[in-house]
Amino acid sequence: MKYVTEFRDREVAEGVIAEIAKVVAEIKQNPKIKLPIRLMEICGGQTHSILQYGIHTALPDEVEFVHGPGCPVCVTPIETINLALELAKQPNVIFTSFGDMLRVPGSDENMFEAKAKGADIRWVYAPTEAVEIAKQNPDKEVIFFAIGFETTTWPITEALCVAERDSVKNFSILPTMVRVPPALLVILSDPECVIDGILAAGHVCTIMGTEEYEPLVEKYGVPIVVTGFQPVDILNGVLMCLKQIRDSRAEVENAYGWVAKGAGNTVAKALINKFFKVVDRKWRGIGAIPNSGFGLREEYLHYDAEIKWKNINARKEPEPNKYCGLVLTGKIKPTECPFFRKECSQEHPTGALMVSSEGACAAYFLYNKDTGETK
Amino acid sequence: MTYNLECPVTGYKDTDVVTMAHGSGGESMQKLISEMFAKAYPDLQSDQDAACVYIAEPKFISFTTDSFVIDPIFFPGGDIGSLAVHGTVNDLAMRGSQPKYISIAFILEEGFPMKDLERIVHSIAEASAKAGVKVVTGDTKVVGRGQGHGIYINTSGIGEIRAITKIVPDVQNVGIGHKIIVSGDIGRHGMAIMSVRNGMELDPPILSDSAPLNGMVRELYYDYINPLCMRDATRGGVAAVLNEIARSAKLHIRIEEEKVPVDENVRGLAEILGLDPLHIANEGRFVLFVKPEDAEKAVSILQKFEGGEKAAIIGEVVAEHEKGLVTAKTLLGSEKPIHMPVGEILPRIC
Repeated sequence: MKYVTEFRDREVAEGVIAEIAKVVAEIKQNPKIKLPIRLMEICGGQTHSILQYGIHTALPDEVEFVHGPGCPVCVTPIETINLALELAKQPNVIFTSFGDMLRVPGSDENMFEAKAKGADIRWVYAPTEAVEIAKQNPDKEVIFFAIGFETTTWPITEALCVAERDSVKNFSILPTMVRVPPALLVILSDPECVIDGILAAGHVCTIMGTEEYEPLVEKYGVPIVVTGFQPVDILNGVLMCLKQIRDSRAEVENAYGWVAKGAGNTVAKALINKFFKVVDRKWRGIGAIPNSGFGLREEYLHYDAEIKWKNINARKEPEPNKYCGLVLTGKIKPTECPFFRKECSQEHPTGALMVSSEGACAAYFLYNKDTGETK
Repeated sequence: MTYNLECPVTGYKDTDVVTMAHGSGGESMQKLISEMFAKAYPDLQSDQDAACVYIAEPKFISFTTDSFVIDPIFFPGGDIGSLAVHGTVNDLAMRGSQPKYISIAFILEEGFPMKDLERIVHSIAEASAKAGVKVVTGDTKVVGRGQGHGIYINTSGIGEIRAITKIVPDVQNVGIGHKIIVSGDIGRHGMAIMSVRNGMELDPPILSDSAPLNGMVRELYYDYINPLCMRDATRGGVAAVLNEIARSAKLHIRIEEEKVPVDENVRGLAEILGLDPLHIANEGRFVLFVKPEDAEKAVSILQKFEGGEKAAIIGEVVAEHEKGLVTAKTLLGSEKPIHMPVGEILPRIC
């Protein structure tokens, strides 16, 4: 397939790996550079690619991946899941969600279990499908579980555009969208931060551009390279990051230039800005992060399910597994969690990171041949 | 009501929709059977409580049953009717038998359009003729509106195991060194269904691979290949089949990811949805275990068939393993486990 297979070409990949080995050898000549070099890939999709294609095992031992918080399913806190379940169980409600979210456990049950017990829960692929369901069911209230990073926030605005255009009154969203840069700020400003370089999520930059990263690079002196998702994309991102480290540079660079452009997608950004404002948001395992989410603007609050059902209170409970947060911030590897592959598995996930197709724990569970081995 | 001229169903006129009376055992049901079913299935022994059938070599028969609840009922490349025939025919063929006779049992929902039923009945007739099986018995039940999903079908079937099948294919025959073959490119059926469910209009559309496999299997035997184990890779895809076999035979199976044949459009859609083609359902593809000396020849036989053009050796059994293990060599030479799919297959978010 065009734009897929050429980024999985074994020979091209091996060429980049050889170049990476050369740069690492040069880095080793400089005693001032601390080894190993730890690179954080932000997006869970990248984490999955790294493990799926064995990129981590193909790199020199001096380069280590630290997995970032870029999995929207994983960072959504349990109280939001509980709230979503409560809303889904209201009479006359059709609750719609991306499929990935349905297996995430709430305090008592997940969406699949709630569905089996009678709640009308449906998975959609595009948020606009939820608006279509609302149009077809004018006597029901249709709620869409609006989770996602900037990349997904834009398609959510598309649903709102359709709802606005067609005056769909029985449609609302449960807004839980999150932003990457404030989370990065939290990670980089942590005194225990050990990250030497960042592979930023290419698709987020496709929408938002790269400007938001400039202040972070300036303040913390850590290179940020916008990186794609295919093996060759990721290897190129690693190579560019390592070259900056070798040359003692810290800049925002783009290894995903064939898709992500400097200013991002201005049309999408304008739509996001039309419907949403920046708000504080709570992240699983990290806590509240200032300015880290999108919420509906005053004039669109009639699309806010939390306002429509303001008398519904979800159970606030501590996170069932404190290790999720440590994995999300790159402090431990999934395999260092005492529950990994024991109480928490793909069959019986206790943490969201094991559920999502972008969760770091799911990646380790699915692609690491030996349970204990990590690099 | 309009008819296709090729349709053996002629002249059936009743109501436009299925009513409770069609399952009541009375006149309406008799009329449905005699006017629609009996005309579509010339071998139907509709006036008997059970069909009596002839078996040439009655040493062993294979016997199976399967139920079909697919949504949507009509999909690119097939429908619930042809699927119901292929599903049972293929299960029989996987034990090295020649499928001979099948039963068709309908569970219809009150209000189901009669023209859709007719289309499905015709599709069953066509699929069974193509597969060389006879529909000899059946059943019809009608449930109230809202208690079903339009139509469900159950099919059972009998196959003859002839002398040419020296060893009945069985997971216990599989051992170290045996080669693993897939009979064609994988993932078409699941992706065809998912594209329809998600309203994705693809150009060209992905057609289901739903097809009978008994022709391929027969040819393997005629050319003196000994299939040691065969499984059609339906729900859970090739990954589920390999895991089932690895677990029951306590073996380590290793495949090479790059050798698994996947159509470009199927791969593209799978990428968009974040799915692994190895986990996606097929309805006309099977996994075959053979001795190394049979492998190349088996592939060249399969490649002569429609749907088998991309048949390939994808791996082999490498060692014993207490719990059973399936792994794949990745692009960069590392090895990753291939798991049994967990739960419903769900598309990713972004």
